[in-house]
Amino acid sequence: MTNSMLRKMRPTFIYALLGIIFMLAAPSVLQLFTIINLTTAIALSVLALSLALIWGYGGILCFGQVAFFGLGAYVYTISAINFGGSTWAILVAIIVTSAFASALGYFIFYGRVSDVYLGVITLTVTLIFFSLIRRTSGPEYKIGNALLGGFNGVSSPPINLPWNSASFLFPEQVFYVAMAALIICYVFVGWLVNTKFGRVCVAIRENELRAELLGYDIRAYKLGIFTIGAGIAAVGGVLFCNGVGRITPDIFNLYNAALTIIWVIVGGRGTLIGPIGATFALFYVTSALGGQSVFNNNLVLGIILIIFVLLVPKGVAPTIIGWASARQKKSQRRVRRRRRAEGTR
Amino acid sequence: MDLIVAVLFQLIYVISNLALISLGLAIIFGMMRVINLAHGEFLMLGGYTVVVATNAGINIWISMLILAPLIVGVIGVVVERLLIRWLYGRMVDTLLATWGLSLLLVGIVTSLFGASTGTTVSPPLGVLRIGEYSASGYEFFLIIVTILLLFGVWLTLRFTKLGLLARGTMQNAEMASALGVSTSNIYMITFGLGAAVSGLAGGLLAPITGVLPTIGATYIAKAFITVISGGAAILAGTTAGSILLGGINGIFSFIAGSTFGEIALLLAAIILLRLMPKGITGRFFRKSL
Repeated sequence: MTNSMLRKMRPTFIYALLGIIFMLAAPSVLQLFTIINLTTAIALSVLALSLALIWGYGGILCFGQVAFFGLGAYVYTISAINFGGSTWAILVAIIVTSAFASALGYFIFYGRVSDVYLGVITLTVTLIFFSLIRRTSGPEYKIGNALLGGFNGVSSPPINLPWNSASFLFPEQVFYVAMAALIICYVFVGWLVNTKFGRVCVAIRENELRAELLGYDIRAYKLGIFTIGAGIAAVGGVLFCNGVGRITPDIFNLYNAALTIIWVIVGGRGTLIGPIGATFALFYVTSALGGQSVFNNNLVLGIILIIFVLLVPKGVAPTIIGWASARQKKSQRRVRRRRRAEGTR
Repeated sequence: MDLIVAVLFQLIYVISNLALISLGLAIIFGMMRVINLAHGEFLMLGGYTVVVATNAGINIWISMLILAPLIVGVIGVVVERLLIRWLYGRMVDTLLATWGLSLLLVGIVTSLFGASTGTTVSPPLGVLRIGEYSASGYEFFLIIVTILLLFGVWLTLRFTKLGLLARGTMQNAEMASALGVSTSNIYMITFGLGAAVSGLAGGLLAPITGVLPTIGATYIAKAFITVISGGAAILAGTTAGSILLGGINGIFSFIAGSTFGEIALLLAAIILLRLMPKGITGRFFRKSL
């Protein structure tokens, strides 16, 4: 790592450090129930992070990021049941999901499908997963020893210590694993967007034609970032089915697909911490809404999405950063003016 | 022989069903190049209109053929004025706003009618006999309506003043506007018409599928791929997309069951888009409507 990259990554390290402090402090402060809930929120924020990468930095409008999340969860569950342990299952989940994403991405990016189409195609893939897996309720739908279970889903075996399938992790330990995975993914993505690869992806987001005329194969770059994003989403999926204890086809429904988009819009495209923060915030809003029946979740999310698209299209984090830097500039200018005035006196 | 006729009938039904649920989306997509993600909810609203109106004692034909398109069409116009028109030229934001609208409509209907409705209407027509096989008379009726609807849209686009203005706006909105066409009005009217056609389709399908606030999700995947594979030409695109994808879906469903039918449909659409990124009408029938 060069010095300039370290400097650019300073905020990333600060947030990661805060995350580590939170990880160490939370179990001794919070109740077990909250910790289990937090594990789910962490898993979802890994999903948000993956979309923040490919949409916010790669400019790829993927409406079906939750498909990779759900696929990762399903592959993990099925292979953990078959292997009788989670070590290889986690790897298989990430590899299979990335492979699926790169196959889908090949058709999309090498067909030069434009962004509006891309969103709709990825959404369609998600919905097809939803309707396909719902139908797999009979005993004939099984992969190895794992029944797919249709509408009811499959219960996921918990993560165990590496190569020791007898020692399952307790919910509190799963929380540590989840938080560590989130921090690692966050630092990884923060590093990735500052590498040459990441900067080319941002260039492509800004202007595809120019990037291509400069000699970059935009199809390959897009496919690359899309595949990496899917792999990160799969990590989230593995954590999610561990937090919840089972995986059902409902993960692929329209509501969850919309939710993923909303996290990134509310948090802000082009930042990483924004979508993660928005995930935690909205997770608590929706769980609070679940306790009452006046306002339905769909209603509230719909209004949030419309309001943000119309009024705060940049999202919360970039808007705040914008204000902050505008104020900073203003005060700098004021200081400079004052100095100049003092100098002339 | 009877088997062949029965299978063919089923195939044609699958195709026309696809065309029926996609046409409203195709009208809006053809005009504005924007996929209306609230399309499924327009279908859902059409279905609810029929169920509510029929339960209130209104004749089922009136509520299906007149009330459903009328009410959903009005909703479409209101949506266009309040939401969509602020976002012209911002495609991604339009997509996102219609998605927000979709969630909002699901939320409103769930709050009003509950998450599941027990009340349904039954298909009004009896059974049709093909030799020793039987087919639903209502499915036959739907095929006829779909054909009439496609024909009606063609007549409107081809022979009316509104159709001419709409085609002009579609080809070159700036030029049309420079020649004195109020493109804003044209967009409003076409959005309303697209919504009305979606409402009609939803109303017609309500007796078969029943209604739920989230039923839109079961339609939209198919409607999206049909319209995208078809491309920007409203009629030729919808027809070509439905025939190709519906044909593939029908044949694979017949051979290997409906689950594989859907997989085949999706795979065919993805491969098609690799070969023709702008849809079928992006390469063939370019001059068509």
